Amino acid sequence: MKTLITSTGGSLDASFDKRYGRAAWFCILDEQTGKTEFFENENVNATGGAGTKAAEKTVELGAGKVISGDFGPKAKDLLEKFNVQMVIIEEDDLTIKDIVERIKG
Amino acid sequence: MARPKSLRKVVKPPGFKGYKPYGNQNASGSPVELLYEEYEALKLADFDLMNHLEASRVMGVSRATFARIYERARRKVALALVEVKEIKAVYGHAYLDKSWLICNNCNARFTIPQTASEHNCPVCRSSNVEAVK
Repeated sequence: MKTLITSTGGSLDASFDKRYGRAAWFCILDEQTGKTEFFENENVNATGGAGTKAAEKTVELGAGKVISGDFGPKAKDLLEKFNVQMVIIEEDDLTIKDIVERIKG
Repeated sequence: MARPKSLRKVVKPPGFKGYKPYGNQNASGSPVELLYEEYEALKLADFDLMNHLEASRVMGVSRATFARIYERARRKVALALVEVKEIKAVYGHAYLDKSWLICNNCNARFTIPQTASEHNCPVCRSSNVEAVK
């Protein structure tokens, strides 16, 4: 299964972004192979509907699980509809690497 | 007055309205009413193979309460089989869970989508999870 993690930058050393719709980057982790890919979020500065678009992007990228700091109501509804698992991590100062390692165990 | 029952959290309601015996000659009387929370208890304990403590946390009740719900569920199923009765799924004291679980190991909060088969923490795989109150 693929997991989407919101990130502030395009590398593993970047810190975890606690926003979902307006996260700067999305990191896709493939749990089988352990590979990560980064995608820039085009809707960082959108005035509205960023959460909806992010949810669409999540489904498009084939992620079954999203890790972020919080989800807006629209994003929540959509992700629920598409049976995407939402995960909230509230810790500060995490890097993408930390989270990836936690998932790998 | 008896203390009101706390609502039990049911992650997914049963996928059936009931079960009916067939090939029987004297089907007797009233159906057995299996409550949603009893179905859920049976599922968590015997299908997902959780222990009672883990399962009780998923349902947001104490371990002892979970054990009682589970016992009732088993007795009802046994009763239906032995006395050749229909089983009917009834709502009971449940609320359907669209909300969140929390992992006591890594503090991540997460949802369980309908298609998911496991209740473990998606981050650290711990089964030490409970309902967010």
